[in-house]
Amino acid sequence: MARAPVIQVNRLSVNRGQRRVIEDVSFDVAAAAFVAIVGPNGAGKTTLLHTLLGLVEPSDGTVRVLDHPPGRDAKRIGYVPQVKTLDRTFPAEVLDLVCSGLTHAWPFWRTPSATERAEAALETVGAADLATAMLSDLSGGELQRVYLARCLVHEPELLLLDEPATGVDATGAADLYELLDRYQADHGATIVMVTHDWNAAYHHATDVLLLDGRCISYGPPQKALGADPLREAFGHVGHAHAMLQGGPPHD
Amino acid sequence: MSDTPTLCCKEARPMIDALQYPFMQRALVVGVCLGVLASYYGAFVVQRRMSFLGVGLSHAAFGGIALGLLLGIEPFWVAVPFTVGVGWAIAWISDHGPLTSDTAIGILFAVAIALGVVLLSYRQQYTADAFTYLFGSILAVEAFDVGVLLALVVGTAALAPLWPRWAYATFDRTLARADGVPVQRDDLMLITCIAITVVAAVKLVGAILVAAFLVVPAATARLHARSFRTMTLAAMGVGTTTAVAGLFASFYLDWPSGAAIILMQALVFGCALAASYR
Repeated sequence: MARAPVIQVNRLSVNRGQRRVIEDVSFDVAAAAFVAIVGPNGAGKTTLLHTLLGLVEPSDGTVRVLDHPPGRDAKRIGYVPQVKTLDRTFPAEVLDLVCSGLTHAWPFWRTPSATERAEAALETVGAADLATAMLSDLSGGELQRVYLARCLVHEPELLLLDEPATGVDATGAADLYELLDRYQADHGATIVMVTHDWNAAYHHATDVLLLDGRCISYGPPQKALGADPLREAFGHVGHAHAMLQGGPPHD
Repeated sequence: MSDTPTLCCKEARPMIDALQYPFMQRALVVGVCLGVLASYYGAFVVQRRMSFLGVGLSHAAFGGIALGLLLGIEPFWVAVPFTVGVGWAIAWISDHGPLTSDTAIGILFAVAIALGVVLLSYRQQYTADAFTYLFGSILAVEAFDVGVLLALVVGTAALAPLWPRWAYATFDRTLARADGVPVQRDDLMLITCIAITVVAAVKLVGAILVAAFLVVPAATARLHARSFRTMTLAAMGVGTTTAVAGLFASFYLDWPSGAAIILMQALVFGCALAASYR
Protein backbone atom coordinates (compact mmCIF):
# COMPACT_ATOMS: atom_id res chain seq x y z
CA MET A 1 0.00 0.00 0.00
CA ALA A 2 1.32 3.45 -0.92
CA ARG A 3 2.34 5.66 1.99
CA ALA A 4 0.16 8.71 2.58
CA PRO A 5 1.68 12.03 1.53
CA VAL A 6 3.69 13.69 4.29
CA ILE A 7 2.36 17.09 3.25
CA GLN A 8 -1.01 17.77 1.64
CA VAL A 9 -1.75 21.32 0.47
CA ASN A 10 -5.15 21.86 -1.09
CA ARG A 11 -6.19 25.17 -2.69
CA LEU A 12 -4.12 27.16 -0.20
CA SER A 13 -4.37 30.94 -0.20
CA VAL A 14 -2.61 33.17 2.32
CA ASN A 15 -3.03 36.89 2.94
CA ARG A 16 -0.44 39.10 4.61
CA GLY A 17 -2.41 42.13 5.73
CA GLN A 18 -4.29 43.34 2.66
CA ARG A 19 -1.98 41.55 0.23
CA ARG A 20 -2.61 38.05 -1.11
CA VAL A 21 0.78 36.36 -1.01
CA ILE A 22 -0.24 32.83 -1.99
CA GLU A 23 -3.13 32.12 -4.33
CA ASP A 24 -4.83 28.75 -4.77
CA VAL A 25 -1.76 26.50 -4.42
CA SER A 26 -2.18 22.72 -4.28
CA PHE A 27 0.46 20.03 -4.07
CA ASP A 28 1.34 16.85 -2.17
CA VAL A 29 4.76 15.83 -0.90
CA ALA A 30 5.37 12.10 -0.83
CA ALA A 31 7.30 10.40 1.95
CA ALA A 32 11.09 10.50 1.44
CA ALA A 33 10.80 13.17 -1.27
CA PHE A 34 13.24 16.09 -1.51
CA VAL A 35 11.22 19.09 -2.64
CA ALA A 36 12.85 22.39 -3.52
CA ILE A 37 10.65 25.50 -3.52
CA VAL A 38 12.02 28.14 -5.89
CA GLY A 39 10.69 31.42 -7.21
CA PRO A 40 11.42 35.12 -7.42
CA ASN A 41 11.57 37.43 -4.40
CA GLY A 42 8.14 37.94 -2.87
CA ALA A 43 6.82 34.72 -4.46
CA GLY A 44 5.53 33.47 -1.10
CA LYS A 45 8.17 30.77 -0.54
CA THR A 46 8.88 31.58 3.10
CA THR A 47 5.19 32.25 3.75
CA LEU A 48 4.41 28.78 2.40
CA LEU A 49 7.03 27.24 4.69
CA HIS A 50 5.64 29.22 7.64
CA THR A 51 2.17 27.94 6.80
CA LEU A 52 3.48 24.36 6.88
CA LEU A 53 4.97 25.12 10.31
CA GLY A 54 1.74 26.61 11.64
CA LEU A 55 3.30 30.08 12.03
CA VAL A 56 0.90 31.59 9.47
CA GLU A 57 -2.81 30.79 9.23
CA PRO A 58 -4.20 29.93 5.79
CA SER A 59 -6.76 32.42 4.52
CA ASP A 60 -8.33 29.70 2.43
CA GLY A 61 -7.77 26.03 1.66
CA THR A 62 -6.41 23.23 3.82
CA VAL A 63 -2.95 22.07 4.86
CA ARG A 64 -2.01 18.82 6.56
CA VAL A 65 1.50 18.00 7.71
CA LEU A 66 2.34 14.50 8.95
CA ASP A 67 -1.39 13.81 8.93
CA HIS A 68 -2.15 16.68 11.31
CA PRO A 69 -3.01 20.35 10.93
CA PRO A 70 0.21 22.43 10.87
CA GLY A 71 1.95 23.12 14.17
CA ARG A 72 0.61 20.02 15.95
CA ASP A 73 3.62 17.76 15.65
CA ALA A 74 6.68 19.97 16.04
CA LYS A 75 8.74 17.19 17.60
CA ARG A 76 8.76 15.25 14.31
CA ILE A 77 9.88 18.29 12.32
CA GLY A 78 13.27 19.96 11.98
CA TYR A 79 13.32 23.60 10.92
CA VAL A 80 16.07 25.94 9.77
CA PRO A 81 14.81 29.53 9.42
CA GLN A 82 15.89 31.90 6.66
CA VAL A 83 16.23 35.17 8.50
CA LYS A 84 17.77 34.46 11.83
CA THR A 85 15.48 36.25 14.25
CA LEU A 86 17.66 35.22 17.15
CA ASP A 87 19.00 37.71 19.66
CA ARG A 88 22.72 37.77 18.86
CA THR A 89 23.46 39.19 22.31
CA PHE A 90 21.79 36.24 24.04
CA PRO A 91 24.41 34.67 26.30
CA ALA A 92 24.71 31.07 25.15
CA GLU A 93 27.15 28.51 23.87
CA VAL A 94 26.58 26.63 20.63
CA LEU A 95 25.80 23.44 22.59
CA ASP A 96 22.90 25.22 24.34
CA LEU A 97 21.30 26.03 20.98
CA VAL A 98 21.80 22.53 19.59
CA CYS A 99 20.38 20.98 22.78
CA SER A 100 17.28 23.17 22.40
CA GLY A 101 16.50 21.08 19.33
CA LEU A 102 16.16 18.05 21.60
CA THR A 103 13.90 19.58 24.22
CA HIS A 104 12.08 22.20 22.10
CA ALA A 105 12.77 24.60 24.95
CA TRP A 106 15.90 26.36 26.18
CA PRO A 107 17.89 23.97 28.39
CA PHE A 108 18.45 25.15 31.97
CA TRP A 109 20.95 22.32 32.45
CA ARG A 110 22.56 20.28 29.71
CA THR A 111 22.40 16.60 30.58
CA PRO A 112 25.44 14.50 29.60
CA SER A 113 23.37 12.48 27.11
CA ALA A 114 21.94 15.63 25.51
CA THR A 115 25.42 17.12 25.29
CA GLU A 116 26.71 13.94 23.68
CA ARG A 117 23.96 13.97 21.03
CA ALA A 118 24.49 17.68 20.37
CA GLU A 119 28.24 17.11 19.89
CA ALA A 120 27.48 14.27 17.47
CA ALA A 121 25.13 16.53 15.48
CA LEU A 122 27.79 19.25 15.34
CA GLU A 123 30.28 16.66 14.12
CA THR A 124 27.84 15.66 11.36
CA VAL A 125 27.66 19.21 10.01
CA GLY A 126 31.40 19.75 10.35
CA ALA A 127 31.13 22.17 13.23
CA ALA A 128 32.49 20.08 16.12
CA ASP A 129 35.10 22.74 16.88
CA LEU A 130 32.34 25.29 17.57
CA ALA A 131 30.73 23.34 20.43
CA THR A 132 31.75 25.70 23.24
CA ALA A 133 31.89 28.90 21.17
CA MET A 134 29.56 31.74 22.12
CA LEU A 135 26.74 32.26 19.61
CA SER A 136 27.61 35.94 19.46
CA ASP A 137 31.06 35.07 18.08
CA LEU A 138 29.84 33.03 15.09
CA SER A 139 29.88 34.14 11.48
CA GLY A 140 26.73 33.83 9.35
CA GLY A 141 27.93 30.61 7.72
CA GLU A 142 28.94 29.06 11.05
CA LEU A 143 25.58 29.97 12.53
CA GLN A 144 23.87 28.30 9.59
CA ARG A 145 25.76 25.05 10.27
CA VAL A 146 24.84 25.23 13.95
CA TYR A 147 21.16 25.74 13.07
CA LEU A 148 21.36 22.73 10.80
CA ALA A 149 22.89 20.66 13.63
CA ARG A 150 20.07 21.82 15.86
CA CYS A 151 17.57 20.80 13.20
CA LEU A 152 19.07 17.30 12.82
CA VAL A 153 19.84 16.54 16.47
CA HIS A 154 16.46 14.96 17.24
CA GLU A 155 16.50 13.04 13.94
CA PRO A 156 13.24 14.44 12.54
CA GLU A 157 11.34 12.71 9.78
CA LEU A 158 10.48 15.98 8.04
CA LEU A 159 12.98 18.80 7.43
CA LEU A 160 11.68 22.26 6.55
CA LEU A 161 14.64 24.36 5.46
CA ASP A 162 14.48 28.00 4.47
CA GLU A 163 17.56 28.82 2.40
CA PRO A 164 19.87 26.68 4.53
CA ALA A 165 22.97 27.60 2.51
CA THR A 166 22.64 31.35 3.03
CA GLY A 167 26.00 32.76 4.07
CA VAL A 168 27.77 29.44 3.51
CA ASP A 169 30.67 29.43 1.03
CA ALA A 170 30.41 27.41 -2.22
CA THR A 171 32.31 24.39 -0.88
CA GLY A 172 30.33 24.49 2.34
CA ALA A 173 27.07 24.66 0.39
CA ALA A 174 28.04 21.62 -1.68
CA ASP A 175 28.89 19.75 1.56
CA LEU A 176 25.56 20.83 3.03
CA TYR A 177 23.53 19.44 0.13
CA GLU A 178 25.51 16.20 0.22
CA LEU A 179 24.81 16.01 3.94
CA LEU A 180 21.08 16.44 3.29
CA ASP A 181 21.16 13.71 0.64
CA ARG A 182 22.93 11.41 3.10
CA TYR A 183 20.53 12.21 5.93
CA GLN A 184 17.58 11.50 3.66
CA ALA A 185 19.05 8.20 2.55
CA ASP A 186 19.90 7.11 6.11
CA HIS A 187 16.66 8.18 7.78
CA GLY A 188 14.12 8.04 4.97
CA ALA A 189 13.33 11.65 5.79
CA THR A 190 11.28 14.04 3.72
CA ILE A 191 12.91 17.38 2.91
CA VAL A 192 11.26 20.61 1.83
CA MET A 193 13.78 23.33 1.09
CA VAL A 194 13.26 26.92 0.00
CA THR A 195 16.21 27.99 -2.12
CA HIS A 196 17.40 30.55 -4.63
CA ASP A 197 20.06 28.09 -5.75
CA TRP A 198 18.60 26.60 -8.96
CA ASN A 199 21.57 24.29 -9.32
CA ALA A 200 20.91 22.75 -5.93
CA ALA A 201 17.22 22.39 -6.75
CA TYR A 202 18.02 20.85 -10.13
CA HIS A 203 20.59 18.36 -8.94
CA HIS A 204 19.47 17.38 -5.43
CA ALA A 205 15.68 17.67 -5.33
CA THR A 206 13.34 14.91 -6.47
CA ASP A 207 10.66 17.53 -7.15
CA VAL A 208 10.63 21.28 -7.61
CA LEU A 209 7.76 23.64 -6.79
CA LEU A 210 8.13 26.81 -8.85
CA LEU A 211 6.15 29.46 -7.05
CA ASP A 212 5.21 33.01 -7.92
CA GLY A 213 2.29 33.62 -5.60
CA ARG A 214 0.60 30.74 -7.40
CA CYS A 215 2.02 27.38 -8.44
CA ILE A 216 3.75 27.82 -11.81
CA SER A 217 4.97 24.24 -12.02
CA TYR A 218 5.46 21.24 -9.76
CA GLY A 219 7.23 18.05 -10.63
CA PRO A 220 10.65 16.63 -11.44
CA PRO A 221 13.31 19.36 -11.77
CA GLN A 222 13.86 18.88 -15.52
CA LYS A 223 10.17 19.60 -16.10
CA ALA A 224 9.44 22.12 -13.35
CA LEU A 225 12.52 24.19 -14.19
CA GLY A 226 11.92 24.16 -17.92
CA ALA A 227 12.29 27.31 -19.99
CA ASP A 228 8.55 28.06 -20.16
CA PRO A 229 7.79 27.85 -16.43
CA LEU A 230 10.96 29.83 -15.61
CA ARG A 231 9.97 32.52 -18.11
CA GLU A 232 6.49 32.66 -16.58
CA ALA A 233 7.86 33.03 -13.06
CA PHE A 234 10.79 35.36 -13.68
CA GLY A 235 9.73 37.15 -16.87
CA HIS A 236 12.88 35.97 -18.64
CA VAL A 237 15.15 32.97 -18.50
CA GLY A 238 18.55 34.50 -19.22
CA HIS A 239 21.51 32.18 -19.06
CA ALA A 240 20.23 30.29 -16.04
CA HIS A 241 18.20 27.71 -17.89
CA ALA A 242 21.03 26.87 -20.26
CA MET A 243 23.36 26.54 -17.28
CA LEU A 244 20.94 24.12 -15.59
CA GLN A 245 20.58 21.98 -18.68
CA GLY A 246 24.36 21.92 -19.07
CA GLY A 247 24.94 20.76 -15.51
CA PRO A 248 26.16 22.56 -12.43
CA PRO A 249 29.46 24.46 -12.65
CA HIS A 250 31.04 22.35 -9.89
CA ASP A 251 30.42 19.21 -11.95
CA MET B 1 5.34 54.40 64.83
CA SER B 2 6.44 52.55 67.94
CA ASP B 3 9.18 50.46 66.37
CA THR B 4 10.88 53.39 64.65
CA PRO B 5 14.49 53.74 65.89
CA THR B 6 15.71 57.00 67.30
CA LEU B 7 18.23 58.60 65.00
CA CYS B 8 20.93 59.21 67.61
CA CYS B 9 23.97 56.94 67.48
CA LYS B 10 22.47 54.70 64.81
CA GLU B 11 25.73 54.64 62.95
CA ALA B 12 27.46 53.04 65.91
CA ARG B 13 25.05 50.18 66.31
CA PRO B 14 26.19 46.79 65.14
CA MET B 15 24.32 45.13 62.30
CA ILE B 16 22.61 42.71 64.64
CA ASP B 17 21.07 45.63 66.45
CA ALA B 18 19.09 46.60 63.36
CA LEU B 19 17.50 43.17 63.25
CA GLN B 20 15.84 43.76 66.63
CA TYR B 21 13.34 46.06 65.00
CA PRO B 22 10.27 44.34 63.55
CA PHE B 23 10.07 46.90 60.74
CA MET B 24 13.65 46.05 59.75
CA GLN B 25 12.93 42.33 59.90
CA ARG B 26 9.94 42.83 57.59
CA ALA B 27 11.92 45.07 55.25
CA LEU B 28 14.71 42.49 55.02
CA VAL B 29 12.33 39.64 54.22
CA VAL B 30 10.62 41.79 51.60
CA GLY B 31 13.99 43.02 50.26
CA VAL B 32 15.41 39.51 49.89
CA CYS B 33 12.20 38.26 48.24
CA LEU B 34 12.21 41.23 45.87
CA GLY B 35 15.89 40.71 45.12
CA VAL B 36 15.10 37.17 44.06
CA LEU B 37 11.89 37.94 42.14
CA ALA B 38 12.76 41.20 40.38
CA SER B 39 16.15 39.87 39.29
CA TYR B 40 14.69 36.57 38.07
CA TYR B 41 12.15 38.37 35.90
CA GLY B 42 14.67 41.12 35.20
CA ALA B 43 16.84 38.66 33.26
CA PHE B 44 14.00 38.35 30.73
CA VAL B 45 13.30 42.09 30.82
CA VAL B 46 16.92 42.96 30.02
CA GLN B 47 17.49 40.27 27.41
CA ARG B 48 14.20 41.10 25.65
CA ARG B 49 15.12 44.81 25.66
CA MET B 50 11.97 45.56 27.65
CA SER B 51 13.56 47.85 30.26
CA PHE B 52 11.04 50.51 29.42
CA LEU B 53 8.26 48.03 30.30
CA GLY B 54 9.41 48.15 33.94
CA VAL B 55 9.05 51.94 33.89
CA GLY B 56 5.60 51.67 32.29
CA LEU B 57 4.35 49.06 34.75
CA SER B 58 5.67 50.87 37.83
CA HIS B 59 3.95 54.08 36.80
CA ALA B 60 0.79 52.13 36.04
CA ALA B 61 1.08 50.65 39.53
CA PHE B 62 1.11 54.17 40.93
CA GLY B 63 -2.15 54.92 39.11
CA GLY B 64 -3.70 51.75 40.58
CA ILE B 65 -2.43 52.54 44.05
CA ALA B 66 -3.91 56.04 43.86
CA LEU B 67 -7.25 54.50 42.93
CA GLY B 68 -7.01 52.11 45.90
CA LEU B 69 -6.18 54.97 48.28
CA LEU B 70 -9.14 56.97 46.97
CA LEU B 71 -11.51 54.03 47.34
CA GLY B 72 -10.14 53.17 50.80
CA ILE B 73 -9.21 49.64 49.63
CA GLU B 74 -5.82 48.05 50.26
CA PRO B 75 -3.93 49.55 47.28
CA PHE B 76 -2.29 46.22 46.36
CA TRP B 77 -5.63 44.66 45.39
CA VAL B 78 -6.49 47.56 43.10
CA ALA B 79 -2.99 48.08 41.70
CA VAL B 80 -2.50 44.44 40.69
CA PRO B 81 -5.42 44.17 38.22
CA PHE B 82 -4.78 47.74 37.07
CA THR B 83 -1.09 47.11 36.36
CA VAL B 84 -1.67 43.68 34.83
CA GLY B 85 -4.34 45.26 32.60
CA VAL B 86 -1.90 47.92 31.44
CA GLY B 87 0.74 45.23 30.81
CA TRP B 88 -1.68 43.20 28.70
CA ALA B 89 -2.75 46.33 26.82
CA ILE B 90 0.90 47.05 26.01
CA ALA B 91 1.35 43.49 24.74
CA TRP B 92 -1.86 43.63 22.70
CA ILE B 93 -1.08 47.00 21.09
CA SER B 94 2.44 45.96 20.12
CA ASP B 95 1.27 42.53 18.82
CA HIS B 96 -1.79 43.68 16.87
CA GLY B 97 -0.96 46.98 15.28
CA PRO B 98 1.64 49.11 13.64
CA LEU B 99 2.83 50.57 16.97
CA THR B 100 5.88 49.21 18.77
CA SER B 101 5.85 48.32 22.46
CA ASP B 102 7.86 51.40 23.48
CA THR B 103 5.21 53.64 21.92
CA ALA B 104 2.43 51.71 23.67
CA ILE B 105 4.31 51.98 26.98
CA GLY B 106 4.96 55.69 26.43
CA ILE B 107 1.25 56.31 26.00
CA LEU B 108 -0.10 54.06 28.72
CA PHE B 109 2.33 54.97 31.49
CA ALA B 110 1.67 58.68 30.99
CA VAL B 111 -2.07 58.02 31.08
CA ALA B 112 -1.71 55.94 34.26
CA ILE B 113 0.31 58.63 36.02
CA ALA B 114 -2.13 61.33 34.92
CA LEU B 115 -4.99 59.20 36.21
CA GLY B 116 -3.18 58.70 39.53
CA VAL B 117 -2.58 62.41 39.99
CA VAL B 118 -6.20 63.26 39.17
CA LEU B 119 -7.48 60.58 41.56
CA LEU B 120 -5.23 61.83 44.36
CA SER B 121 -6.52 65.36 43.81
CA TYR B 122 -9.99 64.07 44.84
CA ARG B 123 -8.61 62.66 48.05
CA GLN B 124 -9.47 64.77 51.10
CA GLN B 125 -6.98 63.15 53.48
CA TYR B 126 -3.29 63.89 53.83
CA THR B 127 -1.50 62.33 50.81
CA ALA B 128 1.90 61.63 52.38
CA ASP B 129 1.25 57.88 52.07
CA ALA B 130 0.85 58.36 48.32
CA PHE B 131 4.32 59.89 48.17
CA THR B 132 5.67 56.92 50.11
CA TYR B 133 4.54 54.84 47.14
CA LEU B 134 6.45 57.13 44.81
CA PHE B 135 9.81 56.92 46.58
CA GLY B 136 9.50 53.87 48.85
CA SER B 137 10.00 53.61 52.56
CA ILE B 138 11.51 51.05 54.85
CA LEU B 139 8.88 51.94 57.42
CA ALA B 140 5.93 51.40 55.09
CA VAL B 141 6.42 47.63 54.86
CA GLU B 142 3.74 45.74 56.78
CA ALA B 143 3.10 42.11 57.63
CA PHE B 144 0.68 42.02 54.68
CA ASP B 145 3.53 42.88 52.31
CA VAL B 146 5.68 40.13 53.77
CA GLY B 147 2.89 37.64 53.16
CA VAL B 148 2.40 38.86 49.59
CA LEU B 149 6.12 38.61 48.78
CA LEU B 150 6.48 35.13 50.30
CA ALA B 151 3.43 34.01 48.30
CA LEU B 152 4.99 35.47 45.15
CA VAL B 153 8.24 33.59 45.76
CA VAL B 154 6.28 30.35 46.15
CA GLY B 155 4.26 31.18 43.01
CA THR B 156 7.39 31.92 41.01
CA ALA B 157 8.98 28.68 42.18
CA ALA B 158 5.85 26.85 41.02
CA LEU B 159 6.18 28.53 37.64
CA ALA B 160 9.88 27.62 37.28
CA PRO B 161 9.03 25.04 34.56
CA LEU B 162 8.17 28.03 32.37
CA TRP B 163 11.79 29.28 32.46
CA PRO B 164 12.93 27.11 29.48
CA ARG B 165 10.02 28.31 27.33
CA TRP B 166 10.41 31.96 28.31
CA ALA B 167 14.15 31.68 27.67
CA TYR B 168 13.57 30.02 24.29
CA ALA B 169 11.19 32.79 23.17
CA THR B 170 13.68 35.35 24.49
CA PHE B 171 16.35 33.82 22.27
CA ASP B 172 14.21 33.47 19.12
CA ARG B 173 10.43 33.92 19.12
CA THR B 174 9.94 32.49 15.62
CA LEU B 175 11.94 29.38 16.36
CA ALA B 176 10.09 28.89 19.64
CA ARG B 177 6.73 29.21 17.87
CA ALA B 178 7.84 26.79 15.17
CA ASP B 179 8.68 24.32 17.95
CA GLY B 180 5.16 24.56 19.34
CA VAL B 181 5.84 26.94 22.24
CA PRO B 182 2.69 29.04 22.92
CA VAL B 183 4.73 32.24 22.83
CA GLN B 184 1.92 34.80 23.07
CA ARG B 185 0.25 33.04 26.00
CA ASP B 186 3.61 32.67 27.74
CA ASP B 187 4.32 36.37 27.14
CA LEU B 188 1.07 37.32 28.90
CA MET B 189 2.01 35.07 31.83
CA LEU B 190 5.46 36.68 32.03
CA ILE B 191 4.01 40.20 31.90
CA THR B 192 1.50 39.26 34.61
CA CYS B 193 4.28 37.97 36.88
CA ILE B 194 6.39 41.09 36.25
CA ALA B 195 3.39 43.37 36.90
CA ILE B 196 2.56 41.70 40.24
CA THR B 197 6.24 41.85 41.28
CA VAL B 198 6.38 45.55 40.40
CA VAL B 199 3.28 46.30 42.48
CA ALA B 200 4.69 44.33 45.40
CA ALA B 201 7.98 46.23 45.14
CA VAL B 202 6.50 49.70 45.09
CA LYS B 203 6.14 50.13 48.86
CA LEU B 204 9.78 49.36 49.58
CA VAL B 205 11.44 50.71 46.46
CA GLY B 206 8.99 53.33 45.18
CA ALA B 207 7.24 53.60 41.82
CA ILE B 208 9.94 55.85 40.44
CA LEU B 209 12.82 53.51 41.20
CA VAL B 210 11.29 50.07 40.90
CA ALA B 211 12.18 49.73 37.20
CA ALA B 212 15.87 49.83 38.14
CA PHE B 213 15.24 46.86 40.45
CA LEU B 214 14.25 44.88 37.37
CA VAL B 215 17.10 46.10 35.19
CA VAL B 216 20.31 46.75 37.14
CA PRO B 217 20.98 43.30 38.71
CA ALA B 218 20.21 41.53 35.43
CA ALA B 219 22.33 43.99 33.45
CA THR B 220 25.17 43.41 35.93
CA ALA B 221 24.88 39.65 35.51
CA ARG B 222 24.72 40.00 31.71
CA LEU B 223 28.17 41.59 31.61
CA HIS B 224 29.94 38.35 32.54
CA ALA B 225 27.45 35.53 31.92
CA ARG B 226 28.25 32.86 29.33
CA SER B 227 24.77 31.38 29.49
CA PHE B 228 21.27 32.63 30.21
CA ARG B 229 21.11 30.21 33.13
CA THR B 230 24.12 31.80 34.83
CA MET B 231 22.78 35.26 33.96
CA THR B 232 19.51 34.46 35.74
CA LEU B 233 21.21 32.98 38.80
CA ALA B 234 23.81 35.72 39.04
CA ALA B 235 21.14 38.41 38.72
CA MET B 236 19.26 36.85 41.63
CA GLY B 237 22.47 36.84 43.67
CA VAL B 238 23.20 40.50 42.90
CA GLY B 239 19.59 41.51 43.53
CA THR B 240 19.47 39.78 46.90
CA THR B 241 22.80 40.95 48.28
CA THR B 242 22.33 44.55 47.16
CA ALA B 243 18.83 44.58 48.69
CA VAL B 244 20.25 43.51 52.06
CA ALA B 245 23.19 45.91 51.82
CA GLY B 246 20.92 48.75 50.72
CA LEU B 247 18.48 48.17 53.58
CA PHE B 248 21.28 48.32 56.15
CA ALA B 249 22.58 51.48 54.49
CA SER B 250 19.07 52.86 54.68
CA PHE B 251 18.86 52.00 58.38
CA TYR B 252 22.23 53.39 59.40
CA LEU B 253 22.48 56.37 57.06
CA ASP B 254 18.79 57.24 57.21
CA TRP B 255 18.46 57.11 53.43
CA PRO B 256 15.22 56.26 51.64
CA SER B 257 15.25 52.47 51.26
CA GLY B 258 14.59 52.35 47.52
CA ALA B 259 17.32 54.84 46.72
CA ALA B 260 19.80 53.08 49.03
CA ILE B 261 19.21 49.70 47.33
CA ILE B 262 19.46 51.15 43.83
CA LEU B 263 22.73 52.90 44.72
CA MET B 264 24.12 49.58 45.98
CA GLN B 265 23.06 47.94 42.74
CA ALA B 266 24.67 50.76 40.77
CA LEU B 267 27.90 50.31 42.74
CA VAL B 268 28.04 46.60 41.92
CA PHE B 269 27.14 47.31 38.29
CA GLY B 270 29.96 49.87 38.06
CA CYS B 271 32.46 47.36 39.44
CA ALA B 272 31.22 44.63 37.05
CA LEU B 273 31.41 47.04 34.13
CA ALA B 274 34.95 48.06 35.03
CA ALA B 275 35.94 44.39 35.36
CA SER B 276 34.45 43.63 31.94
CA TYR B 277 36.83 46.15 30.31
CA ARG B 278 39.94 44.70 31.97
